[in-house]
Amino acid sequence: MNTSDETTLLERFKSRISAGEKIEPKDWMPERYRKQLIRMISQHAHSEVVGMLPEGNWITRAPSLRRKISLLAKVQDEAGHGMYLYSAAETLGVDRRELIEQLLSGQAKYSHIFNYPTLNWADIGVIGWFVDGAAIVNQTMLAKCSYGPYSRANLRICKEENFHKRQGYEIVATMAAGTTEQREMVQDAVNRWWWPSLMMFGPSDNESPNSAELLRWKVKLHSNDELRQRFVDLTVPQAQAVNITLPDSELRYDKKTQHWNFGKINWEEFWNVVKGNGPCNRERMAARQKADNDGAWVREAAVAYTMKQRMNR
Amino acid sequence: MKNGSDHGTKNVLVEFLLRLGDDRLILGHRLSEWCGHAPILEEDIALANIALDLLGQASAILHLAGDVEGKNRTEDDLAYFREATQFKNLQLVEQPNGDFAFTIARLFFFSTFNNLLCDVLQKSSYETLAGIAAKGFKESSYHLRHSKEWMLRLGGGTEESHRRMQNAVNELWRFTGEMLVFDEVETELQRLNTIPDLSTIASQWSGAAAAVLTEATIIIPFRQKDSGQAGNHAVSGSRHGFHSEYLGHLLAEMQILARSYPDAKW
Amino acid sequence: MATKDMFGEGELWEVFIQKETGAPHEHAGSIHAADSELALQNARDVFARRGEVVSLWVVPANCITASSPDDSGPFFDPADDKIYRHPQFYHVPKAVKGM
Ligand SMILES: [Fe+2]
Ligand SMILES: [Fe+2]
Ligand SMILES: [Fe+2]
Repeated sequence: MNTSDETTLLERFKSRISAGEKIEPKDWMPERYRKQLIRMISQHAHSEVVGMLPEGNWITRAPSLRRKISLLAKVQDEAGHGMYLYSAAETLGVDRRELIEQLLSGQAKYSHIFNYPTLNWADIGVIGWFVDGAAIVNQTMLAKCSYGPYSRANLRICKEENFHKRQGYEIVATMAAGTTEQREMVQDAVNRWWWPSLMMFGPSDNESPNSAELLRWKVKLHSNDELRQRFVDLTVPQAQAVNITLPDSELRYDKKTQHWNFGKINWEEFWNVVKGNGPCNRERMAARQKADNDGAWVREAAVAYTMKQRMNR
Repeated sequence: MKNGSDHGTKNVLVEFLLRLGDDRLILGHRLSEWCGHAPILEEDIALANIALDLLGQASAILHLAGDVEGKNRTEDDLAYFREATQFKNLQLVEQPNGDFAFTIARLFFFSTFNNLLCDVLQKSSYETLAGIAAKGFKESSYHLRHSKEWMLRLGGGTEESHRRMQNAVNELWRFTGEMLVFDEVETELQRLNTIPDLSTIASQWSGAAAAVLTEATIIIPFRQKDSGQAGNHAVSGSRHGFHSEYLGHLLAEMQILARSYPDAKW
Repeated sequence: MATKDMFGEGELWEVFIQKETGAPHEHAGSIHAADSELALQNARDVFARRGEVVSLWVVPANCITASSPDDSGPFFDPADDKIYRHPQFYHVPKAVKGM
């Protein structure tokens, strides 16, 4: 393709984006757009799958049958989200296996939040409330993004997420209204998860190298800071409603802007966890690696069986 | 229904419901351990679905057991506040998951049984139980289909998968015998016409299991025993609270939170 | 280290679901499976576990030939001007209901 063709296509692409049209898999798109999407969608997919581990940690210890069943259904949904997203990435010409191997080799990233441990049952409530809550804010935006398959995957995900947040908040509200020990557990979990949850939206946009480009292409429609603010504004009243204190002494409502101001985020901690030095990075990767290794013979058997069946026909 | 009025009948019915409920609770719990660790994402979802069905059945049955017993015990009281020796589930379902072949073979053995049992029980004169069994029948038909298809694939896949499946079947065979034995509890309920006759289940199970094992090119261990192979002595006693050591550990994990704060609501 | 897995994740299948009898089958997403039976089961578990599905199709993704976006003009335009294919083309006396 010569450069003038390329320029025309690029112009057409840009005007489609600005007209709010969706880009579909077979449409022409700039190579950077494709690359950025693959990176973003696969990171999102990996996060769903690795995210099964911290919560899965409590399925066998859930304190009632109702809680056990909802938690299992919730973690199962996350596997589904991973699948929807891997499929969306596959429309861009990569193979799911390739993406999984990038995760296992440490080449691909996943959300830093899943490298924190779940230490008590209240963590399950707080994760549903904060982590799924933050994910909903993010995914609601992504459901409107310019790439058709990614937007549709997020739409489906958003429909399922609401139950996740509600089951989490229900646990928090029940425990907050419970015994002294239960209240202490919830407060402890909130203290541990609040700041990492705020980091989920990523660093400030001026320090986030990809942001401007993603915004221009309408892969993202709001900046990281806008999304973070939205999450804080939603969550503070929910904390007040159950008498839980968020661990930030600078948290204040600004009547003029109608937003909650909050304190400084420790980005050093964030980068440290992203680089692999969080409390559970090793355990998470080891668990995924083990599942993959232990499953290899099963996947191989399924394929071998199919081949044999075909040959016998 | 007249059950529940008479003392002895009530005890027998509670006993029977605990057997049903505990099987499903413990197998559901074991299957839930796979969530996040399965060989392929699709199977994480499939095993979780089956676990959810079983836990749902367990919850309904234990709730009913509590109602019939009339001592104000909820399904959670029964699940979280009994000792290992008070559990009436089969040893089959409490065994650790092992590899995927072991999990599938166990699921296939149990689902075959569950499907036959629910089919009979959905015709019970005891309507609440019949309703639960009708749901269980539908659900177990799918569990059976899923586990059967994997039996075929692992049995007929690669050399390694075949070896693992044969091992799993050999290991598990001794746990299947007591599953097919019904004692005075079931007999009494049949006599009272609370449940239909269960006597055909054993032979139907053997026929169905043998058909799939054969199709999966897996040797049926019973024949190995005939040819003088040792180590196939059958376990027994689960229905009266006699278990393997694994159950205690499973319960220690499952019950820890509920028992640490017995007065708390979750 | 990741091991190279030559068998991958199985084939890619496109899943179509029908939400009620009489409704069209609509594309729901994709799944990986080694064969059609497992594909059907996986599709059920992934896309029908919340109910609201009465029928499922699974199709190997590589069996689908898609029109190319470059065709979109000539390929679909001809239908545009055949307004006689649309019911609104035909006038019905106002008093007639249920047409
Ligand atoms: Fe999710
Ligand atoms: Fe979620
Ligand atoms: Fe009741």
